[in-house]
Amino acid sequence: MFRYLLRRLLGAFFVVVGITTFSFFMIRIAPGGPFDSEKMPPPEIMRNLEKKYHLDEPLMLQYARYAKDVLVHFDFGPSFRYPERSVNEFIDLGFPVTLRLAIYSMIIAVLIGISSGLIAALYQNSRWDYSAMAFAMLGVSIPDFVLGPLFQLIFGLKLHWLPIAGWDGANFYVLPSLTLGSMYAASIARLTRGGMLEITRQDFIRTARAKGLSERVVILRHMLKGGLLPVVTYLGPAAAFMMGGSMVVEKIFDVPGLGRHFVNSALNRDYTMTLGLTIFFSAIIVLFNLIVDIAYTFLDPRVKYE
Amino acid sequence: MSSIAAVSDIQLEKKSSLWLDAWCRLKKNKMAMVSSFLVVAFFLLAIAVPILSPFPIDEVHYDSIGMAPNTLHWFGTDILGRDMLARTFYGLRISLAVGLTATLVSFAIGVVYGAVAGFYGGKVDALMMRFVDVVYGLPYMFFVIIVMSVFGNNILILFMAIGAVSWLTMARIVRGQVLSISQKEFVEAARSCGVRNRTIIFRHLIPNALGPIIVYTTLMVPRTILVEAFLSFLGLGIQPPQASLGSLASDGASAMDLYPWLILFPGVVLAILLFALNYFGDGLRDALDPRMKK
Repeated sequence: MFRYLLRRLLGAFFVVVGITTFSFFMIRIAPGGPFDSEKMPPPEIMRNLEKKYHLDEPLMLQYARYAKDVLVHFDFGPSFRYPERSVNEFIDLGFPVTLRLAIYSMIIAVLIGISSGLIAALYQNSRWDYSAMAFAMLGVSIPDFVLGPLFQLIFGLKLHWLPIAGWDGANFYVLPSLTLGSMYAASIARLTRGGMLEITRQDFIRTARAKGLSERVVILRHMLKGGLLPVVTYLGPAAAFMMGGSMVVEKIFDVPGLGRHFVNSALNRDYTMTLGLTIFFSAIIVLFNLIVDIAYTFLDPRVKYE
Repeated sequence: MSSIAAVSDIQLEKKSSLWLDAWCRLKKNKMAMVSSFLVVAFFLLAIAVPILSPFPIDEVHYDSIGMAPNTLHWFGTDILGRDMLARTFYGLRISLAVGLTATLVSFAIGVVYGAVAGFYGGKVDALMMRFVDVVYGLPYMFFVIIVMSVFGNNILILFMAIGAVSWLTMARIVRGQVLSISQKEFVEAARSCGVRNRTIIFRHLIPNALGPIIVYTTLMVPRTILVEAFLSFLGLGIQPPQASLGSLASDGASAMDLYPWLILFPGVVLAILLFALNYFGDGLRDALDPRMKK
């Protein structure tokens, strides 16, 4: 077990190193430097600027410096756009907001998704099943950037129940979390239904019924554990997509999260910021995938950690 | 003689029966059929919009700014007085083009990669699939955005970037199929005849794995359309004066309180398109592989 954990952690570390390397060189082959603008500063100032940011050094040396700063000191350096602020400051401010949004959305997605998937599976081919699955299909098909404005229009502008933008307290969290969570709720519902239907046909469920367990115990004790395994596997990639999805939701609802900083940095060509945030987000997701995988080995007795 | 003819007839019938059966099953699935008609209709409309629409896509009319839907402009007009019906279907055209091209790119990469891994097996397979596992968990959207911000907003780069990040599942499916097919006798027979590896992969393995590949390709189209719309919504995809459904929705979202139809129509068209493509893909899966039905 310990060896397995160690090996996985080491693997995750190398993935992060790989991402750092790839993103660094990707950004560096970009045409144009970070200080290009209509008003070119005099060459002396340019030289000083380049010296300050070590841009006059050979590329490999710059890479080594950057990789060391990031991987050892967790320091992503200054933003090129806002030189007086560091990328770390943006992360400190923005990440808690994005994390909170992601957690709430995940809770909504899991609650709605699992319960509607369960209903669909337990009453297979009934009216409940069909309507739950049609709703799930609808949820997968309506993109968040259509759903979000729709929610704003209905619950904010027409009904005046909830604020349409901002991030100032509990009632500000409702619409963004609902928007971000709905697509994942739909996928989880489909996965839950599929997983549960597969489990129902297994021998050990028949055994459980045959030995006279009540239906409730059969479902809660025996079916859920195996039936929800596909959902657990899905949570890793879902978290990755959710970080991406938060960019859109943060834009729609004017949420001051990290996703919006990332999009702005890409639009402004703030290269250090784009680079830093990519590495940061990827590292978070690699870590999350690791946790999901380890949880999986505990949940499914058939999986052995090699 | 006649009995030989009859036998070969039966064999012919048997040969095509997989696809015939699938077609019969698909025809019975009403939702899938409705969806496929919708998709075809959207395709035709997207192609024919410059001919059918009395209003050019980008003609600015200052006397008809922000008009609500009416008999002349069925979808209303935007803040520059452009007809939204024409723009929506023009956007649909770009969205479909992105969806198909990016799917094609990821199809090509995924099929070849998966087939090679599944065919060679052993260390090669382990290494190649380990790479897929690792990349699978990464937030690929960030890499597409990096590529878009580095190489400028070129529509071709957008196609390539989306295609290049969405081939992973395809590779996994193809590999699984190839692994099981390459154990079959006819592959062994081909091998014992001294057929080259490349020929075995392209002649025997890929055609026999075609069912799941077709199904997954169909399901990939709505996904790539969604990714493009997502990027365009953030301002990192299609650039004006071109427009896709995503960038139209983005424009509409910023003026939603005054002109709700600007987001409503592109959004609804996009949702219907995705809904129909998803349902059609699901129906196709049920038809081609009844065992996969859940």
